[in-house]
Amino acid sequence: MSEELFPEPEWLSEEVKTGTTIIAVTFDGGVVLGSDSRVSAGESVVNRVMNKLSPLHDKIYCALSGSAADAQTIAEIVNYQLDCIKHEEDDPLVCSAATLVKNISYKYKEELSAHLIVAGWDRKKGGQVYATLNGLLSRQPFAIGGSGSFYINGFVDAEYRKNMTKRESQEFVVNALTLAMGRDGSSGGVAYVVTIDKDGAEEKCVLGNELPKFFDE
Amino acid sequence: MRLANTSVAVSDERAHTAQSLSGDAYATFIHDLYVEFLIMDSHHSYSQVKGVSTGTTILAVKFNGGVIIGSDSRASMGESYVSSKTINKLIQVHDRIFCCIAGSLADAQAVTKMAKFQLSFHSIQMESPPLVKAAASIMRELCYNNKEELQAGFITAGWDRKKGPQIYVVSLGGMLLSQPYTIGGSGSTYIYGYVDAKFKPDMSLEEATQFSTNALALAMGRDNVSGGVVHLVVITEAEVKHVVVPGNKLPKFHDE
Repeated sequence: MSEELFPEPEWLSEEVKTGTTIIAVTFDGGVVLGSDSRVSAGESVVNRVMNKLSPLHDKIYCALSGSAADAQTIAEIVNYQLDCIKHEEDDPLVCSAATLVKNISYKYKEELSAHLIVAGWDRKKGGQVYATLNGLLSRQPFAIGGSGSFYINGFVDAEYRKNMTKRESQEFVVNALTLAMGRDGSSGGVAYVVTIDKDGAEEKCVLGNELPKFFDE
Repeated sequence: MRLANTSVAVSDERAHTAQSLSGDAYATFIHDLYVEFLIMDSHHSYSQVKGVSTGTTILAVKFNGGVIIGSDSRASMGESYVSSKTINKLIQVHDRIFCCIAGSLADAQAVTKMAKFQLSFHSIQMESPPLVKAAASIMRELCYNNKEELQAGFITAGWDRKKGPQIYVVSLGGMLLSQPYTIGGSGSTYIYGYVDAKFKPDMSLEEATQFSTNALALAMGRDNVSGGVVHLVVITEAEVKHVVVPGNKLPKFHDE
């Protein structure tokens, strides 16, 4: 009887998706990754402060999107695999990390639904960004992903320039995230930004009221 | 003789013949075309008019002294066949009022024709040019009352003496909203971020033209059912100017 009076809320049975906006950009000397912080299950927001930028190694991070469980699991597995491999030099290559992610995504393509963007810095090739959508591995100057990324395709196409400075890339990432969060119902909250260069990774959180304002606000 | 200012695709040979005509011969050619269109119309058969459904990108933006309304030029059937590369989706419903449509081309043509007729009747009764809001309201009435059958959204933009340049958007179910800039169609999802970032109120004509061309070029670059050339119509108190930017003159971005 109690089930009819108080039906179980939908979000208990909906799959938890990160429904998100993620972006990674190379600049001269490193990469900048950014993400929003909203996790939704159906129509409810189940976590409004989740950090979707997950470390795979000291100077390699990945940005999660798609199903939250799948993406977190892939990131943890690759984190473990990278630790297992013995490295002659200190840093594993970003390409290796991306390939490990791609192998999992491709092998379990039917079961998983997650898109990770892998970005980092290594001694050999500097800052790199790899997109691993559905088992594809593609190195790009910048990559966007998640449901909110559709709305900023035009913006990033227009605004990206090669060889931006660190500061300009950070602004580019924060602007892109803000615009996407303004239009996508599944993206929101705060913006997490990670900057990786030869000295290491620096994490920053830009709160809602510190985000840039555009015309209609 | 007033000519219906709607878009009809003609075969390449006919278009070529038209270019070589002049004066009376050209007028006769256009008249024959119009009669053909009326005949097709009376059979309620739009299958001969190419372009069954427009996956598209349309936008309108207000600037200092006027509005610019713009669109791409591709009409597609299904997702993989481009039925027309050069269709004009900007329809003139009165001297200083234009409409552009997103959605089913057939529905859009039917609604705009009816709106044009009602608007011209209205302006004769009022003995003055119609307000942009009047044009938008007519579209809204038609959309709202026929919301089950119709599948088209409209952007109405123009200039009138009372409020100057205005833009109204009538969405699928019949909601009417006034905005300083608006985008629509399938390609518009890709440029929300760009227009939100780049729009400024009271831009000059050059800035607004650059803004519209860039936005449309970016959308056409990412949406496979938008493409072709960019059609822009600039409406001010003084004049109405139609600008076409062909594919090779579109702005290029970093990866091209």
